[in-house]
Amino acid sequence: MSVKRKKGVAPYLVLVGLVFMALVWLFPMYIAFINSFKPEQEFVQNGVLALPQDWDFSKFSKFWGEVNFSKKLLNSAQVSLFVALIGVVLSFLTAYAIGIGRVKGRIWILGFFMVAFTIPQEALIYPLYSVSKMLNLYDNIWSIIIIFGVMSTGFGTYLLSSVMSTFPDELLEAARVDGASPWRILRSIVLPLLRPTLFVLATMFFIFTWNEFLIPLVMLPSNDNQTVTLAMAVTTGQYTSDPTARAAAALIGFMPSVIFFLIFQRTLMRGITLGAVK
Amino acid sequence: MSTKFEQTRQYYWFAVPGVLTFATLVGGSFAYNIYLSFNEWQGIGKPEWIGLANYERLIQDRVFWISFLHAFEFILAMSIIPTALGLIIAALIYDFIAKHFGNAVSTFLRISLYVPQIIALPVVGILWAWMLSPNVGVINTILRNIGLDKFALNWLGQSSTAMFALSIMMIWIQIGYTIVILISGMSRLDPYLDEAAQLDGATWFERFRIVTIPQLYPEISVVLLTTTVAALKVFGPVYVMTNGGPGDATQVPAYFSYFHFFSTLKVGYGASVATVLAMILTVLAIGLLKFQRKMGVLR
Repeated sequence: MSVKRKKGVAPYLVLVGLVFMALVWLFPMYIAFINSFKPEQEFVQNGVLALPQDWDFSKFSKFWGEVNFSKKLLNSAQVSLFVALIGVVLSFLTAYAIGIGRVKGRIWILGFFMVAFTIPQEALIYPLYSVSKMLNLYDNIWSIIIIFGVMSTGFGTYLLSSVMSTFPDELLEAARVDGASPWRILRSIVLPLLRPTLFVLATMFFIFTWNEFLIPLVMLPSNDNQTVTLAMAVTTGQYTSDPTARAAAALIGFMPSVIFFLIFQRTLMRGITLGAVK
Repeated sequence: MSTKFEQTRQYYWFAVPGVLTFATLVGGSFAYNIYLSFNEWQGIGKPEWIGLANYERLIQDRVFWISFLHAFEFILAMSIIPTALGLIIAALIYDFIAKHFGNAVSTFLRISLYVPQIIALPVVGILWAWMLSPNVGVINTILRNIGLDKFALNWLGQSSTAMFALSIMMIWIQIGYTIVILISGMSRLDPYLDEAAQLDGATWFERFRIVTIPQLYPEISVVLLTTTVAALKVFGPVYVMTNGGPGDATQVPAYFSYFHFFSTLKVGYGASVATVLAMILTVLAIGLLKFQRKMGVLR
């Protein structure tokens, strides 16, 4: 039974309030948008809030060319893609042993992952830095692919184990009675059923890695190896004298994430809520 | 029975790659970091063992204590306020918007509030430099336009307002995360309880307080746990906005250790700061997990 009465004014007040809040939240992006199209003298004359009168598109191509943005996009895509792949495979295998195999000591394995998950990157960064120098992996994009791929198994194992622990027992028992090996069960039963969840996890790893900042900052000093996020931090410093160019840089910088987010919005939300309460 | 045992043993192999790589990379690095914290080292040559000297210096270092004080202050801006606000907003979206105006509006609101979560911090830094800049910034322009010139401050440039300005930015970043998780929690609740309370004449706020919140304890505790850990770890926002300054006004442990690693090259000292931070986080996380388990939140 629904107790819906007539609407009254309350819902409209809530609507107005929340829409206003959403606009406030989007406001910094709007500011970057209008200022990145504004010729610099207009910015000086009319200030930050005015709409551009002459739309100036030149800053994008200028910034894009100067920082070789295509290269950074490729780097970021390469890193995020491989991290998602490595992270999902490692997490899946480990979680399979814990959630389906119910191996002895699984609580300890899981606890280890979860505790290690809380260790701040600052407590790992110097060893990673000096060891990668020893191994000649310093300033090499593969160093951060390995690091993030492995580090993401902390969260991934936790999430997938809890999903797999709710896997229907009858299905597994039936397969075991038929003499299926663990490897066979993984391939023919668990993997097909879990594919959507693995995709969710890969999406999360992709976007988290895209935004990673401290470790690339330390590990990838040279221009050609920078990721998009890192380039935003390092190169925009050069543009302090030209605020509208900085706005254009910011716009270019957040467009890939926003586009990716709008496409995979549902997937990502599912992953975030899946990770939260299990 | 023996076959079952055999089978269980076979499953161990699946955990080997993940556990081994993770233990080597994360466990190994952390162990090495702890070792470094007992040494004096500039990053080249051989580390020199000095026992607990770094930690003794740490206790007497004013900046170290200030940095932890700030990290705890950030719990307010990154955890408590976003959770409290997020609860109210999530409930408003769930109860009013989704019911009366449909899914499109509620999705629009959710996405708009969530966007700061997916923008990389260096970009957030550029956006907020636009907001907070003393002369040409958005906030001060608006304040001047409405005649409040005396409130148009140099937000990040003076110690008295820098933490406050950063906190506002943190709330902007964090709230999307709390809202998304809390809304998904609300969708799992039994609508019957809410309707019963409604029939008994309870106002919206009474139902929110007495019916919704207690049922949401699992989500609330997860949100509080993860955001508190994030607050104590905070690095990026400080790096991109203030570099810990002005003076030490926004110094935090993570940035403080980074600073010693790569600016002063006191690697051992930086490592000791990072070790203390990691220990605090671990103890906190274990404590909160135990507490959750006791409350019956985690199965």
